[in-house]
Amino acid sequence: MADRYKRAPLPITGAAFIIGVLFAFPALYLIWRNVTSDSDPVGLLISARTLEPLRRSMVLAALVAATTAVLGTSLAWLTARTDIPGQRLWRVLLPLPLAYPTFVGAAAFIRTLNPGGLANDLLEVIGIDRTPELRGLFGAWLALTLFTYPYVYLPVAARLRGLPGSLEESARLLGDSGFTTFRRIVLPQTASAISAGTLLVALYTISDFGAVQLMRYDTLTRAIWTTRLADQSTSFALAAILLALAAVVVASERLASRRLARPARASTSRPLCVPLGRWRLPSLALITGVLLLALIAPAAALADWGISGLIRDISGGRSLEINVSDVIGPAWNTLWISVVAAGVAVVAVLPTAALLGRYRSRLGPITGNIITSTFAMPGLLVALAVFFWTLRNSWAAEHLRGTLVVLIFAYVVRFGAQALGAAHVAVSAVPDQLHDAARVLGAHPVRRLITVDSPLVRPGLLAGGGLVLLSTMKELPITLLVAPFDFSTLTTKIFQSFEDAFVAEAGLMAMTLVMLSGILTWFLVVRRAHHLD
Amino acid sequence: MDYVYQTLHSGDMTKGFRHTYFQLVRSLAAVVAVSLLATVLTACGSTERQLSEKAAAIVAGDCIDSGEKTVTIYSGRTEYLISPILEAFACESGIDVRVRWGNSTDLAVLIGEEGEATEADIFLSRSPGPVGFLEGLGLLGTIDKEVLGLVGPQNRASSGSWIGFSGRKRVLVRNLDMVEESELPMSVFELTDERYRGRVALPATNGSFEDWFTVFRDQHGDEVATEWLRDMVKNDARYYPNNRAIVEAAGRGEIDMGLVNHYYQYQEAEARGDEHRAVNHNFEPDDIGSLLIITAATILETAQDPDAANELIAYLLTPQAQSYFTNKTFEYPLGAGVAANPKLPALTALEIGTVDFDSLGGGFQETERIVRESGILAG
Repeated sequence: MADRYKRAPLPITGAAFIIGVLFAFPALYLIWRNVTSDSDPVGLLISARTLEPLRRSMVLAALVAATTAVLGTSLAWLTARTDIPGQRLWRVLLPLPLAYPTFVGAAAFIRTLNPGGLANDLLEVIGIDRTPELRGLFGAWLALTLFTYPYVYLPVAARLRGLPGSLEESARLLGDSGFTTFRRIVLPQTASAISAGTLLVALYTISDFGAVQLMRYDTLTRAIWTTRLADQSTSFALAAILLALAAVVVASERLASRRLARPARASTSRPLCVPLGRWRLPSLALITGVLLLALIAPAAALADWGISGLIRDISGGRSLEINVSDVIGPAWNTLWISVVAAGVAVVAVLPTAALLGRYRSRLGPITGNIITSTFAMPGLLVALAVFFWTLRNSWAAEHLRGTLVVLIFAYVVRFGAQALGAAHVAVSAVPDQLHDAARVLGAHPVRRLITVDSPLVRPGLLAGGGLVLLSTMKELPITLLVAPFDFSTLTTKIFQSFEDAFVAEAGLMAMTLVMLSGILTWFLVVRRAHHLD
Repeated sequence: MDYVYQTLHSGDMTKGFRHTYFQLVRSLAAVVAVSLLATVLTACGSTERQLSEKAAAIVAGDCIDSGEKTVTIYSGRTEYLISPILEAFACESGIDVRVRWGNSTDLAVLIGEEGEATEADIFLSRSPGPVGFLEGLGLLGTIDKEVLGLVGPQNRASSGSWIGFSGRKRVLVRNLDMVEESELPMSVFELTDERYRGRVALPATNGSFEDWFTVFRDQHGDEVATEWLRDMVKNDARYYPNNRAIVEAAGRGEIDMGLVNHYYQYQEAEARGDEHRAVNHNFEPDDIGSLLIITAATILETAQDPDAANELIAYLLTPQAQSYFTNKTFEYPLGAGVAANPKLPALTALEIGTVDFDSLGGGFQETERIVRESGILAG
């Protein structure tokens, strides 16, 4: 009998329970604050003041989720399954838009594309003197789509790499066209990865503040943000509504994905390669188009800011506020803390992923829902929750407050959902037969975990860890409030310079951040996943 | 079954796993080794107080060896503008300074959450709103009389809970190519005219705008202020998230003009040179549009060492610190008789302290409500 129909071993259930409670800290804090500050989330829910922003959040989340699902899946299929030229390059570049902190990424995006921007200067040559202004729903949709499609792309690409080509080969041999093969084999087999990635996009979109603020689209997050000082009880009530919305989104994804075909068979065999033929050029155009908008457009403005600042510095104009040694410290902090946070996040979500993917368990869906919904909580609230809980206990207040332990905890709670989605998909894809066979041959559970599970789930876990890594590198509010005194990352430094319009410094450091993200993605995600090819 | 058999018996997976496992251990070991090395290096470097060039220019006397005392600051003022002064203070007083940097509003919310357990001794705010919030929670202590005396009565709280240490003036930033000089208004009230339709940007959710609007309500009454904002919305005024975004957009020509703090224009022009096509315009000196918004320092009720905290705030008002604020960061000095940077227009503005700020009570909450209900956020 496969594990799937069995109860989970106690250590896994116990670990999942404890971790689930820890992930519930921000939600419990929010409930506590709603009770103590006489907030009235239910009353607010029916007032026009709340309904409009709520509706906008939902519309935006639905649009961004739908677009990224299509875009992320297509890009993943193109880079994992076809003979498209320059695959290695695309694999490194495509996840990178996720590296832009939205507060600076969206500003740079606007700087390049909006009227009077860099693209405008270029287009003047062909007679367009004013580019359309990106703002409102359209602007927010475009920016968020371009900055979040990697949430779908990364797990789907990982899933495709673990999927044996034999199914698709058989379909082709039996006479299915390329498109039919995609629809009948690839889509069902990657559906759970697509759905998990799209869920992350939807949750990220409802939690995002940077892009909607710069694009001036008045969503629920912005209402929470603008009332956080002047009217805290409203702010907490709106946050409770946001969290409830997230829980509904998560639960409906779970319901919907139950109907999806259970992904069969991960394997380590060499995947299939589909010749693109006459689709080669359009496919290349899609990839370069996406990268041009999502990666190059913001990078152009950052480089323009940074390089003109450098030139001014060298030519004796205003000197830069930073030198190389000012960047090395924060860059190093950024690097190691996000690697550690990614590692801890993957380990923390594994028990829940195992419960969801391998066993019959009632706890799994509950902790899964908690971990995933928390992703929709704005960073500021997670930071406040961490302070709240640390100060409840005198030992913790004395020994933990302002330490890196708490900072890493906060990161993991905020971003654990990203690792969970990928880990769940990876764990469910391990074939039962392998476990059965290993058991028959006398392998005990730990040995099975090492010899059967870990090689098969590795690409998925790396993809999940990679998402956490990139998110942590660009995280701002938690780092500012929770980190030890004088611990700064590149992102906090970028914020400091950007706040007071030191755009040259912000540009140079943001470019460093994106390059660092690229190197890490290469070493930790792309290259390692490739050992399997 | 073949497939299962093969994978299990080929041994590839075990090998693959060992391979990854060792790689993982190796990279972890490398990370640990390098971080240890980095810690040792930085530890060795920090025994002597090293002054940055900027801080050295502020220091008037000699440095004192660091003593036992430490002051903890939560600073809504950003690092580039203020850390040279804090460094210079540490050098001259021998008091160590540690700082949590952030957005003024976020930091005030954090102190509110921490309550009496906060580690902050001093809170520096970009604008008075967050200070009013903390005062409302009863978390602020009283600044020493001698320190309060360093600025004029209009630039400090009558209760002694906060003191201004630099000022930013409200102005209208305009694009040079799209707005003629002759079109410029003398008062914010003119901006509701037809000829400014769709041309004016407001940073309606920004702290300094909200503070400005709160004073506007106090000066002209709720009705006039609310109507002005509603008329601005009717006149298609455009919402922008903050001052910096407006100055940047005006420099590009995305918008014609916007209500901002004077100071961002100077930073942007310094950074971008002639490419930045915008300049500041001042309303009439007695117009509400010319208000001076002050940046405020406070001492928390729970400060560990109030004397050291007072010493630090007094240092912000020394001649060297005040001239740093005006000459390096283009702000208006408030104390020590320091003259404003000659690049700044003379300050004859209505000053925020002339308004009984303390009596506004609940003013910010009401401002937030009026702003939200005006419909500007959808613009």
